[in-house]
This record gives sequence, C-alpha cells and structure tokens, in this order.
Amino acid sequence: MSVLHAIFQPGLFSNSSVQDAAVLGAVVALVCAPVGVFTVVRGQSFAGHAFADVTATGGSAAFLLGVSPLLGFVVMALAGASATELLGAERQRGRDLVTGVVLGAGLGLSALLLYLTTTTQSTTGAAVTVLFGSIFAVSTSTLPLVIGFGASALFLVGLVYRPLLLSSINPDLASAQGLGRRVVGLAYMVALALSVALSALTIGAILSTALLIGPAAAALRLAKSPGRAIAWAALIGVAATWAGIVLAYDSYNWPPAQQGWPVSFFVVSLVLAAYLLAQLTGRRARRA
Amino acid sequence: MPSGLFSGFMVSTWLQGSIMAVVAGAVGFFVVLRGSSFEAHAIPQGAFTGAAGAALIGANTLLGVGTFSLLGVVAIARWGRRGQHDVVTALWLVTLLGIGSLFLSLSTEYADQTFSLLFGEPLAVSSSDLLPTALLGAGCITVVIVLFRPLMLSSIAPELASARGIRPARVEVLFLLAVGVVTTMALPVVGALLVFSLMIGPPATARFVTDRPVRAMAISGVLGLVTVWVSITASFWSNWPIGFFVGTFAFVWYVMGRCVARWRTRPRPVAPLELAGAGSR
Repeated sequence: MSVLHAIFQPGLFSNSSVQDAAVLGAVVALVCAPVGVFTVVRGQSFAGHAFADVTATGGSAAFLLGVSPLLGFVVMALAGASATELLGAERQRGRDLVTGVVLGAGLGLSALLLYLTTTTQSTTGAAVTVLFGSIFAVSTSTLPLVIGFGASALFLVGLVYRPLLLSSINPDLASAQGLGRRVVGLAYMVALALSVALSALTIGAILSTALLIGPAAAALRLAKSPGRAIAWAALIGVAATWAGIVLAYDSYNWPPAQQGWPVSFFVVSLVLAAYLLAQLTGRRARRA
Repeated sequence: MPSGLFSGFMVSTWLQGSIMAVVAGAVGFFVVLRGSSFEAHAIPQGAFTGAAGAALIGANTLLGVGTFSLLGVVAIARWGRRGQHDVVTALWLVTLLGIGSLFLSLSTEYADQTFSLLFGEPLAVSSSDLLPTALLGAGCITVVIVLFRPLMLSSIAPELASARGIRPARVEVLFLLAVGVVTTMALPVVGALLVFSLMIGPPATARFVTDRPVRAMAISGVLGLVTVWVSITASFWSNWPIGFFVGTFAFVWYVMGRCVARWRTRPRPVAPLELAGAGSR
C-alpha cells in the first residue's frame, strides 16, 4: 500500500492538469500507433524526423503571434508534407543535402522567432516548451482541437488502410493493380503530418519522433500482423506517456531542486526502454 | 562600426569563429562527398547532452562537448551502418536530447542555457578556450591534408582504395574524428542544431560551382568564413540569435549554388557541327 502511495502521490488523480495531460497523451499515442506503424514499414522515419524539426518553426511563430501552438505545429507540418510530396516525386540525388539545408534554415528561423517572443512578451521558456514540450502546460481548451485533428488522422488512415498496407509492403503490386497511388500517398502524408504535430505538442518538436516511431518500431518486433502491431503500438505509447506523467508528478519531490524533472525526458526514455526490451524479446523468440 | 565589435572579449570570438569556419569548410567538403550528412547531423545533436551536462556540473563546455562528440564517434564507428540504423539511431538521438533537457532543467538557468546551446551564443568563447581550439583546428587540418588522397579515393572509388592498401575502416574513423572536432569547436558558438548547416551549406554550394576538389575546398572555406563573419557581426548588432544567420546563409548559398549549376549546364545555342559534343555534360 505504501509503495502504491509512493508511486501515485496524493493529489495525482484529482489534479486537473494531470487529467488533461492523461487525455492528451492517450489520444496522441492512439493516433500515432497506426501512422507510426506505416511510417516504419514504409521506411519513412526520416521524413517523420524532418517534419518534426520543421514544425518547431510553426510552434515558435504561434508563440510569437499568441495563437495556440498546436495550430502552428499543424500548419507547418502540413506545409512540410506538401513540400515533400512535391519534391519527393523526382527523388533526385543528394536529397538529404536539400533536406538538411532546408531544416537548418527552418531551425534558424525558429531561433529568431523564439528570440523575438522572449523580447516582446517577456515570457521565458517558450523555447523549452516548443522544442522539448510540456504536456502539463497544454490548456484544456486545446483538447477538443487535439481530438478533432487526431480523429481526422485516424479517419484518413482508416479510409485508405488496405491500399496503404498493400503499397507499403509491395509497391509494385499496388501500382500494377492501378490503385490511386497518388491519393493513397497524399492521405498518408496528411495523416503523418497531423500525427507529428500532435506528438510535437505533447513532447516537443525535436523529441516528437520518439512518440511517432518508437512504439511502432517496438510493436513491429513483437507482432507479425499489421493489426496486432498497431494494437501493441497503441498500448506501448499510452503506457509510456501515462507512466511518464506519473513519474514527472512524483519528481517534484526529487533532488536536487524539487522543481520537477521534464515529462518529455521520462516519456522518451521509456519509449527507448520499451524498444530495447522488445528487441530483446523478439530476438529470444526467434532463437527459440 | 559600432564600438565593441572588435574589443577585447570579441577578439576570441572572431579568432575561434574564423578557425572553425575554415576547418568546417575543409571537413564539410568530405561530408558532402561521402554522403555523410547523417553523421554530421547526429554527432552535434548527441554532443548537446555533453554541453548540457557540463553546464549542470559547472565544467568547461568545450570539455563536455568534446567528450560527447568522441563518444558519438566511437558509437557510430562501432554500431553504425549495420542495417536498420534508421529507427534505432533516431530513438537514441532523441533520448540524448531528452537527457540534455533534463540536465538543463536541473541546473539553474534553464531557459537561457537551453536557447544558447541549441541556437548559438557568439560570446560563449572565452580566451582560455582559444589555445585548445587552435590546436584542435590545426590537428584537424593536418589530418585532412595527410589523408587527402586516401579520403578522396575511398570516397569516390572504395574498391580501388582497398586495392591500393588503404583501410576504409581506419579512414572512416579518422574522418568521423574530424567531424567530432568541428562539432566541438562550433557547437558553443553556432548551437547544436546549426553546426550541421555550417558543415554542409558552404561545401554543398562549392560543389555546384566547381568540380575540382582543392578549388571546391577553398571556395567552401571562403563561404564558411563569410558566413561566420557576417553572422557574428549581424548577431552583435541586432542581438538576434547567431543560429538564425548561419541557417539562413547556408540556405541562401545553396540556392545560389543551384542557380550557378543550372547556368553552367544551360543548353547553349550551338552550330550544327558542335552538336555531337553538346550532350556530354
């Protein structure tokens, strides 16, 4: 009993920002599960990572303009998705150089926007919130928006689930069957952009890759069928965010300063731990 | 010229900035040639944790960044390129950044420190860092000069290189070490997220302008110097973060380089007799 008390500190369940954080974390983990599984299977983790870094610019602009950071993240992620879709078609050599140079420009721009935010609005910590996130700082009024965007992403993935699966596993067969590959690809890209934006809101722009691809990569080591992998990914994602929230709440009593450790640190570490554990289990299962 | 731009405490910034621009230009040339932009992206992000750790325990930033760059080099040399590095490395990198944010949140000046380590701080250079920086830079340039032929050969024709008795693995480790040294010098000044821009922007541009390696290196060094000098000046004047200028410059150079490349390879009006040679480039 005392152990339970030590883990679930008094006031944990009645705290309203903890409740909001738990809802937000669960929604985002559920949305990221199917999108993340497709991202890993299609080998597009790098695209996810690149979007995530670019969304920082949108989040910073939102802070400067005083609108919800979620809107900034979503707009910028969608812009990144359309740019990738337009440029990606030609698949030119040296694409990672272009991506890198554009990413650098985007990150530099977010540095400027964040600097301007701190000088004009006398708020410090915008940089930390945009880049490393703070799930406790998300306001209750953002939640309906989060659920709306999340539902749209899930709807899009559900709509093109079969053709998307086929084109992810066997692109040649899918194009031979004359599916609207462009349409399927576009629907997936929009869903990916929305998931990246939600993940950026939850654990920060430059850490958001963890929530998107981490649980999915772990799940693919544990499950063979796509449906099961999505279920595992959702489970791992929700578990990691909730455990992260609980640990962060506990950490207010921890050394050195009793000011709490960052939630995103816990979530990201737990996701990595889950992945390593899954890899170990998967390897042992294969050996047996 | 506003007063103070060249005053005492700025001298070390100018010196370190110039050394790092030249070294980054030379090493960056090989980053672009070998297609190692992933390594050039990963090592600075991992080194951010070292800088944050140094800030937490009050150690020298250069020491923290150097240690973690070295660890990053060892990790990539040991475990890199063994298939599916995509997902695993991304997760490790993100976790390292998360640990860095933890270190900074435990130290006192959370927001300020985070900002300057990620986006750069031209005044981060102290005069006591100059000697180690100069030595590291000189060592790095020596490595590039000594290894010039093996590096070129193993980048362009790996089979030929191993036939000549060059060990690709050893060359690769030395090359990664050079990337680590550039990271160590540049991270405190231009920030963990923008070292990459400094390392690939100028050389990628130079490659559009010329095909000769030595000339490309020289152009990339000059572009790097211009980037760093203008960025330091502009940041000093406007007080805006130096990372913004570095990232924007890298982008502008790259776009200009592409335009030059297009102009160089433009279809020229040719006399009928010349037509046979027109498609060669």
